Amino acid sequence: MAKITYREALNQAMCQEMERDERVFLMGEEVAEYNGAYKVSQGMLDKFGPRRVIDTPITELGFAGLGVGAAMAGLRPVIEFMTWNFAILAADQIVNAAAKMKYMTGGQYDCPMVFRGAGGAAARVSSQHSQAFENWYANIPGLKVVMPSNPADAKGLLAASIRDNDTVIFIENEMNYGDIGEVPEGEYIIPLGKADIKRVGSDVTLIAHSRMTGYALLAAEELAKQGIDAEVVDPRTIRPLDEATILASVAKTNRAVVIEEGWRFAGIGAEISARIMEKGFDDLDAPVARVTGKDVPMPYAANLEKHALPSVAEIVEAARVVCNRA
Amino acid sequence: MTTKNQKESQTGITQEGRFYSAERLHAMHDMMLYIRRFEEKAGQMYGLKKIGGFCHLCNGQEAVCVGMEEASEPTDYMMTSYRDHGHILARGSEPTAIMAELLGRAGGIVGGKGGSMHMFDKEKNFAGGNGIVGEQVPIGTGFAFASKYNDDKRVSITIMGDGGVNQGAVYESFNMAALWKLPVVFVIENNQYAMGTSLSRASAETHLYKRGISFKVPGIQVDGMDVLEVERKMSEAIEHARSGKGPMIVEMMTYRYRGHSMSDPATYRTRDEVDEWRSGRDPIVRLQKQMIEAGLSTEVDFKQKDKDIKKEVVAVAKAAEAQPEPDLSALWDDIVTDEIPNAYPYPRQVG
Repeated sequence: MAKITYREALNQAMCQEMERDERVFLMGEEVAEYNGAYKVSQGMLDKFGPRRVIDTPITELGFAGLGVGAAMAGLRPVIEFMTWNFAILAADQIVNAAAKMKYMTGGQYDCPMVFRGAGGAAARVSSQHSQAFENWYANIPGLKVVMPSNPADAKGLLAASIRDNDTVIFIENEMNYGDIGEVPEGEYIIPLGKADIKRVGSDVTLIAHSRMTGYALLAAEELAKQGIDAEVVDPRTIRPLDEATILASVAKTNRAVVIEEGWRFAGIGAEISARIMEKGFDDLDAPVARVTGKDVPMPYAANLEKHALPSVAEIVEAARVVCNRA
Repeated sequence: MTTKNQKESQTGITQEGRFYSAERLHAMHDMMLYIRRFEEKAGQMYGLKKIGGFCHLCNGQEAVCVGMEEASEPTDYMMTSYRDHGHILARGSEPTAIMAELLGRAGGIVGGKGGSMHMFDKEKNFAGGNGIVGEQVPIGTGFAFASKYNDDKRVSITIMGDGGVNQGAVYESFNMAALWKLPVVFVIENNQYAMGTSLSRASAETHLYKRGISFKVPGIQVDGMDVLEVERKMSEAIEHARSGKGPMIVEMMTYRYRGHSMSDPATYRTRDEVDEWRSGRDPIVRLQKQMIEAGLSTEVDFKQKDKDIKKEVVAVAKAAEAQPEPDLSALWDDIVTDEIPNAYPYPRQVG
């Protein structure tokens, strides 16, 4: 296996699928001549030409809708949002069109497409450019929501998302693009809807996705020093959610902490902890704890920004609380 | 529409150098009248509470529906907003399935999932039936993108109203379509009112065919109450798009006789105004007069035809009403294609 970055892994997945399927194309702002705002599409224009790697005007609603129409007409668009903050401009096409098209047409039209781009908090870019929106999209029937936490998952999950026949919301993390990890060479697919146990443990289950998976793994190392053996579960697909893997882990550890970068109210952690309560109540030895972003717009000042985000220390503390070790 | 562009009989009408055979004129007339009677029936069924929700009728706008369909190929894509019954009927979709959809029946054209606003027929390349004002415009541009991508010469006929034309998505679409020379004809059905707001109260530039100027999209204005003019001008616009010259805007000047929807008494306009359009410019009466003058039909024949169509529509309504409601299991159908059975929300179940 080669060691490559998260962004290179995403690039490999797109190239792999475009070589395999003539119907797949990439469209978005700066994806072609600029090689991607985050260099995810580096070299793709040279490889596939301007017919299949297309720079757009800054017109999110327009090109999202263009993608919906192209998908309905039989193509397999990969629509890049420079960041998910800007996708709000395209929400009508994602929510009212793509998500509902199959249902509303009685199954006549599919919408097989991927909306992808950077989500989550970036560094020092204040309120409008640092947000987690996975809970918005995960609430909507007709969409699938996928979030990779490392380079190998980035490749396997993006390839699977492009092959999927439904609309996939693929949220990358801006802070993970430079992460390096071992990634299988050649064709690599990770089925959607499958969680992954990133660390095996027996005392407490830490459930975390995207960038927070890395935080949870760091917290697990710290907890190990304190004699607490944490298991880290990464759902990878947020919707639909592999709750069986989560519940099996909680049945083993009897304690759970859910971690997310986004806001607490009606967040992913709220959903996961509700599922554990509904289906794993008898397995619990303590209430499920949540570690989330603070309930504030993201501030700019370095100290405030740091404070607004979940930290490894907060995860450690929450795990100690549910283990009665606080 | 096998008679399209073919001189199959000697008799007919020549207008602006274009010959319309008697057979073709009859087909156009009959379809317009069919749409009129179908919409009247739908209005009646709505009054009886057999049709629910929002229901937008197109009485008065039939020449736009039929003339455009006459000008297009069956392989061309067509999509519009929620005022969609007339367009899908003109496309040749099964009237019983349309009426069944209005009634929320299992045999509805989208299985009872969409109702009045969401008529789709993929086999006929009719892509809605879109409920959010202006939403279909980027989508239609996407169909045109696919045509260019596949180089299959299909044109996307993307229809919006004089209300929809003020949405930002429309201008994003004009720009992309012109930039990439996509084969799309943007049709603006200007029926003078966006719900209750008259054109002049909503638009600084009321000549809507000029709305593409900043994007280098040429536009023309058409008398949307004259089915032959609609057919002719649409043919030109479609040819423009098909030949690779890029998009074109066609503004159809038309009028809806009924309110915006069934719950709209239309108090924002005068009775005189409605009567002026209705009695002076009605597209069906106009074609009838032209055909009678040309010796292609008589008033008596048209009266008989009207009776026949009314009967057909009654039979369609009856057949649709006799259908069962969708099976409850249909609630869970067609949400996604690739279901993931072992993940929550579990396909086809609560919890």
